[in-house]
Amino acid sequence: MSSSNPLRDPADRRLPRIAGPSGLVIFGVTGDLSRKKLMPAVYDLANRGLLPPGFSLVGFARREWENEDFAQEVHDAVKEHARTPFREEVWQQLVQGMRFVQGTFDDDDAFERLRDTIGELDKAQGTGGNFAFYLSVPPSAFPVVIQQLKKHGLADQTGGSWRRAVIEKPFGHDLKSAEDLNTTVEEVFAPDQVFRIDHYLGKETVQNILALRFANQMFEPIWNRSYVDHVQITMAEDIGIGGRAGYYDGIGAARDVIQNHLLQLMALTAMEEPASFDADALAAEKTKVLGAVRLPADLGANTVRGQYAEGWQGGEKAVGYLQEDGIDPKSKTDTYAAIKVEVDNRRWAGVPFYLRTGKRLGRRVTEIAVVFQRAPHSPFDHTATEELGQNAIVFRVQPDEGITVRFGSKVPGTSMEIRDVSMDFAYGESFTESSPEAYERLILDVLLGDSNLFPRTEEVELSWKILDPIEEYWDKHGKPAQYQSGTWGPVEADEMLERDGRSWRRP
Amino acid sequence: MKIDLTDTTASKINKALVKGRRAIGTPAVGMVLTLVIVTDEENAYDALKAADDASMEHPSRTLVVIKRVSRSPRDRTKSRLDAEVRVGADAGTGETVILRLYGEVSDHAQSVVLPLLLPDAPVVVWWSADAPRDPADDPLGALGQRRVTDSYAAEKPVEELKARAESYEPGDTDLAWARITPWRSMLAAALDQVDCEVVSVEVAGEEANPSVELLAMWLADRLHVHVRRAVSAGPGLTQVRLETTGGPITLHRSDGAMATLALPGQPDRAVALKRRETSELLAEELRRLDPDDTYASALRFGVDRLGGIQSASQRPEAATWTPGELPVRPVHDSSEQAAKPAGASASASAGEGDSGRPTPAQMPPVKKADPQ
Repeated sequence: MSSSNPLRDPADRRLPRIAGPSGLVIFGVTGDLSRKKLMPAVYDLANRGLLPPGFSLVGFARREWENEDFAQEVHDAVKEHARTPFREEVWQQLVQGMRFVQGTFDDDDAFERLRDTIGELDKAQGTGGNFAFYLSVPPSAFPVVIQQLKKHGLADQTGGSWRRAVIEKPFGHDLKSAEDLNTTVEEVFAPDQVFRIDHYLGKETVQNILALRFANQMFEPIWNRSYVDHVQITMAEDIGIGGRAGYYDGIGAARDVIQNHLLQLMALTAMEEPASFDADALAAEKTKVLGAVRLPADLGANTVRGQYAEGWQGGEKAVGYLQEDGIDPKSKTDTYAAIKVEVDNRRWAGVPFYLRTGKRLGRRVTEIAVVFQRAPHSPFDHTATEELGQNAIVFRVQPDEGITVRFGSKVPGTSMEIRDVSMDFAYGESFTESSPEAYERLILDVLLGDSNLFPRTEEVELSWKILDPIEEYWDKHGKPAQYQSGTWGPVEADEMLERDGRSWRRP
Repeated sequence: MKIDLTDTTASKINKALVKGRRAIGTPAVGMVLTLVIVTDEENAYDALKAADDASMEHPSRTLVVIKRVSRSPRDRTKSRLDAEVRVGADAGTGETVILRLYGEVSDHAQSVVLPLLLPDAPVVVWWSADAPRDPADDPLGALGQRRVTDSYAAEKPVEELKARAESYEPGDTDLAWARITPWRSMLAAALDQVDCEVVSVEVAGEEANPSVELLAMWLADRLHVHVRRAVSAGPGLTQVRLETTGGPITLHRSDGAMATLALPGQPDRAVALKRRETSELLAEELRRLDPDDTYASALRFGVDRLGGIQSASQRPEAATWTPGELPVRPVHDSSEQAAKPAGASASASAGEGDSGRPTPAQMPPVKKADPQ
């Protein structure tokens, strides 16, 4: 509250940023995300001493639970999934602020009870009316919950307190629906109080893209069309759709992953240096890059979609997408998508960005590979450099976070022979175990009101503008190519790069 | 793997390190710093264990320098260096070299350490016991960007603090300072939440615990108000009370684990303020390697300028706690308190034998994990 707190000193680097008095309300608290990510993240934050005293956690769900049952559920989730060791005294601090409100989203009484609970917490825990509402709910329930919050006065900020909304992807399924969603949300919450979670942006490696590019001198000079041949951004999963048939069918890989995660990663890789590291400056640069993205004229030749077919994935037999429970055997939903885009600006003109994502691929991996041009002239004869590929800088986003640099080196021996070698920087090696989970960082940022790592309305809408024409083209032309589970996608995708004289990296 | 080298030199140790790395198949390493631990046989095990745990967060090359005392005058004239090289699973996430110095070479430990430092990477020197009076001027201390002492381990902690203040050079820091980071951050968060001015402060904690003095000096330095240092039975710090224009703010911890924060006009809140283990303190020290100006400023405020130790029971009681719960004892009790065995005096710490630390001499350098 008081900006002139004499105990705060910017030079005092030991003191962490602790969120002010506040609480978190989770809708859909019985879901997987909540149990595996949100509850453990809240505990880990508390364990690191980053949550304010009196921090409160309110669960809202249909289940018939008492506060104690809810606390028990959180307790189990924390024990199983938290990153940091379980400590009884931290748990005792947290459990005092745990409440559960039973009800459905259209139940007015339940929202009245929620409001009473918040009032009670303000008194008992001193949360000061500051609450973030985390909507871990299906997209269809978004408008209902948002409207209920408005109707029961839960979104009203009074007397210096704040109310924030945290929403998860999908942010719509095309431009139109995204705009509708934004209107719905922003009619109730001010735009700067809406936090869209893209958990990739909370990852240390992703933030490190900015550190690596803008805090160093040795990378930025070659970060342009004069030296870069192309960029590949991959997010591969080894699992199928699991039990998410209802959500996934009709959405597909491109909408699920490319629209948000991959385009955000691309924006960070390609953007110009922001004037500062604050949220506005960052968003401005990302928006500029997303606005400069051009799609190829021939979408048929430069995009590929696929569906996984029966096969073996990592030693286990996997059914094809069309054979999954709850999937229409005639479904045209893509489980694999690869697209080529260009960024029309002075830095990147002519450099293709290949984005691909898929389920049931070789292994689970997310990476950004910046592949450089070959050396313009080689004093070595052809046989010496036969095995030399192109230099590359690879950001390994997950798993095994780190950075790989590939370059040629002489093979020890009497003859001159040059071969690719990798130089690795592994987070696990230099900063073991200290990497916080993405959700920890993002939840803390929500409580602090720091919107650096959250995509904004314009970014979401620009991303849909990029993807919509591709989805429209796919709707009208052909059907998804089949690829065997456990491989690196359909042959059509390999052919797409071959036509450009390139090939996919095996991540 | 472990390689033992008897009567050796730094270059042989370097060769053994490379050999060890090759043998376990990881010739490239991402170690971020060299940690030099200066200690004696008594404390070496605990110090190394803390460093191994800290290396989970900061992979480092750890050099343990142990000066051995020879019994006979003849042995003292001889000079011998023994080394134990550990790489891989035996050395946390980095590499460890334990150096034992006999005779004359023990006065020239820096000549052994210098060739073993990682290229370019920062160097941190930590005296787990018996820190020199002027760390920056010490031949080993001069190698480091960061010099970590622990005044808690000293015989007379308060005297030690004065010496630290006199010899302070940028890069000096003390584990007694790291111990109070959670308290400082909670107090700063508490002041964030109220809009009033602090009039006076009282900090209570066990005797002979320099963290209490440091916290008091930090508050005095930042707030420019009178700060009293009161003695309680411990364990460690027990209470900070800020008298403000809006009412008292108290942060009270009686059992070394759970604290209660009371703000004027707000409900009491429980906060976890667990006493931390040495490995965690060390990990915090290694997180930032730039000079800690806040520490310097607090240290320079001076122990002597703190308000004298006063009887806590003569103050008007605050409404937020009852006298029975508060282990702050009047000063005339303190000699009697010190004579009692650990933990017996503080009711809330019963059963937590290792948290009621009466004298520094009995204080093990590594705190064992939570007994639960």
